[in-house]
Amino acid sequence: MPETTATAAAPTSDADPFAPEHLADPDPLHQHLRDTGPVVHLTRYNVHALARHQEVHAALVDWGTFQSGAGVGLANFRHEKPWRPPSLLLEADPPHHDAPRRVLREILTPLALRRLRETWQTVADELVETVLAEQGTEFDAFTALATAFPLRVFPDAVGLGPYGRENLLPYGNMAFNAFGPRNDLVQADAHRVAELSAWVNDQCVREALSEDGFGARIWAAADRGDLTPAQAPLVVRSLLTAGVDTTVHGLAAALYAFATHPGQWQRLRERPELARVAFDEAVRWQSPVQTFFRTATKDVDIAGTRIPEGGKILMFLGAANRDPRRWSDPDRFDLARDPSGHVGFGMGIHQCVGQHVARLEAECLLTALARRVAHLELAGPPRRHLNNTLRSWVQLPIRIRTAS
Amino acid sequence: MVAHDLLPAMPRPAPTLTLRVRAKDTVADGVVSLTLVHPEGARLPDWTPGAHIDLVLPDGTTRQYSLCGDRWDPYSYRVAVLREPAGRGGSAYVHDRLAPGDPVGIGGTHNHFPLAPADRYLFIAGGIGITPLLPMIHQAELMGIDWQLLYGGRTRPSMAFRDHLADTYGGRVHLRPQDEYGLLDLDTWLGRPDPGTKVYCCGPAPLLAAVEEACAGWPPYSLRTERFTAADRAEPVRQTSFEVELSRTGRTVTVTPDVSVLHAVRGAGAEVLSSCEQGTCGTCLVPVLAGTPDHRDAVLAEHERAAGDCLLPCVSRSRSDRLVLDL
Repeated sequence: MPETTATAAAPTSDADPFAPEHLADPDPLHQHLRDTGPVVHLTRYNVHALARHQEVHAALVDWGTFQSGAGVGLANFRHEKPWRPPSLLLEADPPHHDAPRRVLREILTPLALRRLRETWQTVADELVETVLAEQGTEFDAFTALATAFPLRVFPDAVGLGPYGRENLLPYGNMAFNAFGPRNDLVQADAHRVAELSAWVNDQCVREALSEDGFGARIWAAADRGDLTPAQAPLVVRSLLTAGVDTTVHGLAAALYAFATHPGQWQRLRERPELARVAFDEAVRWQSPVQTFFRTATKDVDIAGTRIPEGGKILMFLGAANRDPRRWSDPDRFDLARDPSGHVGFGMGIHQCVGQHVARLEAECLLTALARRVAHLELAGPPRRHLNNTLRSWVQLPIRIRTAS
Repeated sequence: MVAHDLLPAMPRPAPTLTLRVRAKDTVADGVVSLTLVHPEGARLPDWTPGAHIDLVLPDGTTRQYSLCGDRWDPYSYRVAVLREPAGRGGSAYVHDRLAPGDPVGIGGTHNHFPLAPADRYLFIAGGIGITPLLPMIHQAELMGIDWQLLYGGRTRPSMAFRDHLADTYGGRVHLRPQDEYGLLDLDTWLGRPDPGTKVYCCGPAPLLAAVEEACAGWPPYSLRTERFTAADRAEPVRQTSFEVELSRTGRTVTVTPDVSVLHAVRGAGAEVLSSCEQGTCGTCLVPVLAGTPDHRDAVLAEHERAAGDCLLPCVSRSRSDRLVLDL
């Protein structure tokens, strides 16, 4: 193949991006990978890594060359059995991806979510009042706000029953760990896979769901023939897998950002309509979803490096979102910045279908806080939770001063 | 949504993207296909079978055409344009004046005619209505789903892509030019209602009406159609004026029977983007906060009409004395 002579071998790195020290603090590794080259061969896993915005963005949108159907984790579904039936959205390609995507997109459009706004704002206002009344001026914002709020509104919006909701976060944690290698994090979840999967699968059937939630609308789409009856429970499962942990850690990212940037909080209080921009800037800055994989559908050259057909590509969304080639002063959390074009929600046909849900949750919670809280700051060191895919938290101690 | 040549040209905002005509080919009597590319070779927005684009011609007219190319080629769009002598100039411009190298603006893509899953597809095309079905057929092949195509047209030479279809797919394709076969024998061809089959039809209004009648005994939602123009609907429910409140400004405007909701709210200062103003494109969709819409569009699905939480103000009206819109 004469083409191969024109392509150089990629620079290599023996770093393990899933090692605890990199998961706890990914920024140094991200900088190392960005500066090593547009494509870096990770020898430990024999995958090619993209960490610069331009290459990550290009790979995300090019679904024909970089497929999702062979899995968006390290496991290659061409050779390895997935740990659960693959997602019809995240782990599917056109044409099979089209119908489930369309159905879920229409259920989660900003227009369709409009009816939730008033209720969610009320819930957020009440939650903030309760936390301030019961916990005073110092509390763990990860548990009291970032976790509590999505768990109050999202399961109801899906239409879940009252029992077993405590399984949602562990299930999501497990699913997002499963995109990485079979390391200690995956082993730690292993004993709960069967139990958690069974509970989640039980929630996806029509009878388990209320009559007016997202879940019921997915089943209504099946009744109209826009999905098959076999597809409907898997589309519900996508909501339950991807809709909880991501928003919890996204909200935590926003709270962490404001607790460490008091001037930005003042700006938000002066202009509460910046809540949505603030959330997207926090998603850019922290990238709750750090990585996803793709698989090359053919031999492909990226910036002079040949990636073989069937090879796995690891895209560092978090690194792309702080690439100085794309963003000025990328490590700064700045509401004056236009975060458009960040890849924290992905990009292209697989871009987060629930992004409007996340934005609405964030807008309601930040608006409620901005009404009542004049100032917030860290009250102790925040503690990260390690997950192979999510940049996540266990504790975010903050101190607040209420508005008079 | 093949070609709205019979609709008046409407002023519209600047399109989002300017492409260049790379090729213009005659593909049947009175039909040319256009291949459109980005002037800098950039990737074009993704689309799914059944989608259309708004094409803004250099003379300012806007028409909507179904994409009939290959979505696996992200660098070009293909549309096919029928010359419509009764039209208002859009198709004549494409046929007579538009040339390779010319710029054209596009809006979209939009898809009101998506391919839903099925065990089997029956595709029915009338004339230029073949265009949205071409990518659907390709997709059915990729998914290994059984399908058949019934393709009618005035005359064989007028039927675009007939040779490509017959050569590629052989016996699945049933070409039925009217001057050889007469009107399509829909009842025989459709056969008995089958719950696993979906029927996709695009073509002129009389064909759609005939197919709707022929499918009357089929399970609900089996038949999926796309109209050239908005469905003819009965007279508005109300023959009297009603009030529309703009919730964001608090203004209220009276909509008299001779004025559209769209024009009335614009007169009251609301900014509403619109395109076809015939209830077929969906651009002007607005949320309804209170009141009951009288839906008169060809875009919303039945369940979306029943929800009553949005309407297309270019054609739809009110059943209640008052509508409150999120404007």
